[in-house]
Amino acid sequence: MKTVSATNQLPLKRNPFKWLFWVIIIVIMFIWAFAGIPFHGLQDSAAEVSKSIVSGIFHPDWAYVYDGSGEDLVGLTLQTLAMAFLGTFISAILSVPFAFWAARKGHSKVHMRSTSGKLVLTLIRTFPEIVLAIMFIKAVGPGSFAGVLAVSIHSIGMLGKLFSESIENMDGGPAEALTSSGSSHSQTLIFATLPTVMPEFLSYTLYRFEIAVRSASILGMVGAGGIGTPLLFAIQTRSWSRVGIILIGIIITVTLIDFISGSIRKRLV
Amino acid sequence: MNEIPKRSFAQKYHVKSLFWLALFIILVFWTANITGVNFVMFFDNFGQFTDLLGKMAKPDWSYSKLVFAPILQTIQMALIGTTVGTLVAIPFSVLAARNIVKNKFLRSVIRFILNLVRTLPDLMLAALFVAIVGIGPVAGVFTLAVFSFGMISKLFYEAIETIDEGPLEALQATGASRTQVVIFAVIPQVFNYFISYYLYTFEINVRASTVLGYLGAGGIGVYLQRSLNEFAYDQTAVIIIAILVVVLIIDTISNTMRERLL
Repeated sequence: MKTVSATNQLPLKRNPFKWLFWVIIIVIMFIWAFAGIPFHGLQDSAAEVSKSIVSGIFHPDWAYVYDGSGEDLVGLTLQTLAMAFLGTFISAILSVPFAFWAARKGHSKVHMRSTSGKLVLTLIRTFPEIVLAIMFIKAVGPGSFAGVLAVSIHSIGMLGKLFSESIENMDGGPAEALTSSGSSHSQTLIFATLPTVMPEFLSYTLYRFEIAVRSASILGMVGAGGIGTPLLFAIQTRSWSRVGIILIGIIITVTLIDFISGSIRKRLV
Repeated sequence: MNEIPKRSFAQKYHVKSLFWLALFIILVFWTANITGVNFVMFFDNFGQFTDLLGKMAKPDWSYSKLVFAPILQTIQMALIGTTVGTLVAIPFSVLAARNIVKNKFLRSVIRFILNLVRTLPDLMLAALFVAIVGIGPVAGVFTLAVFSFGMISKLFYEAIETIDEGPLEALQATGASRTQVVIFAVIPQVFNYFISYYLYTFEINVRASTVLGYLGAGGIGVYLQRSLNEFAYDQTAVIIIAILVVVLIIDTISNTMRERLL
């Protein structure tokens, strides 16, 4: 930390105009940014609506929590969790080959296989998840199956990247020992490489599951199942007590999942 | 002494591992049942999916002129949203840091609020803010401000907790007030980390802001939704390519700056 602040100070003393240069650039950027957003056209009822939302959170629609139909808060939260779980599971399996594709061995700067793999993973990561969900809805119809497929494909982008990084950083000892004792490629993979990286793979998969729970809860807004559908409907019909109970449900679910997954991850790595 | 250690029954037959495996398999089948997984239907309708991909493979390049303005608006939204969120996050992160605020109760309350904010996904915030301030990019700015507030305050207070205590003690010994300690001992130490985290959050917000418009919160997402609703997949393809290019450019700039900072 000390050296960081020291290097921070030096160039400023040497060249006072560098300061000015950055300040001018930043000011111009913000003027440009504020010019592009029309802040005047706010809805008149903004204060009123926010008040209703807050009162909805404090007076939630308790009847919605469970009514036995499966279309209630408990049922749809379970469905959301199921989407996240299954999607992450499929994605973790699909990510392994991608990870080996993108992982670089040795220190060469340019590596055709690794670079192409990393590029593909970046493309997958940037492709918006809701567009993916809409595409799968065309194939399998609206519902949580489309959500599962969207989560499983989209997560490859991030899981593949994290997996490939842990392959790059793993301890090469066990693999080398097996190779030198004459084992084949597949034997080295099964008995040395995979056991070495498995704890990290599991930990990253759990981390990705936490993220998937959040994204599964909004995929319903485009019709891909889960709690998002009734939430968007409740917001559009302005039934704020319904919005309140769903928000409470999501907050509790996400907090619980984060806590459980976090404590498992601490024990893994 | 020379006896081979005996494995217990549970160890010998891998009872624990088998239990977890069985539980896991049950979970997979149960969740597949809940979500109505049907791979027969998936492969039956796979033609429709490839048909859609085929349409997206032929982008309508004439549409790219129309995409330019909304994608700039997306960046503007992300810039203002991240900045507002960061400015609000700074005081909160100082109050949540263990080494600055010794009052455990105050710290826990602040952290509890921050945790609550972080649980809400971006599109959900967008839906709420569209209901509050109306359709348009302002809703997107509010969404990104709240979203980045939750994220950045956590990164900031964790950065503050790792600082060197020496300068703080030195200032306290000379009789500086708490605010003076924060301004002259804490902020200089964490400044580069703050800028780096700000840029990182900005990257994530640019990605997030591209889809916010789907619910009416301004930017390129509005066009994305329109093209998807009109089944104009050749236009959707242009939009996705534009998003990809912008995200890659922003990521590269931000990564180079962050590498130079730290």
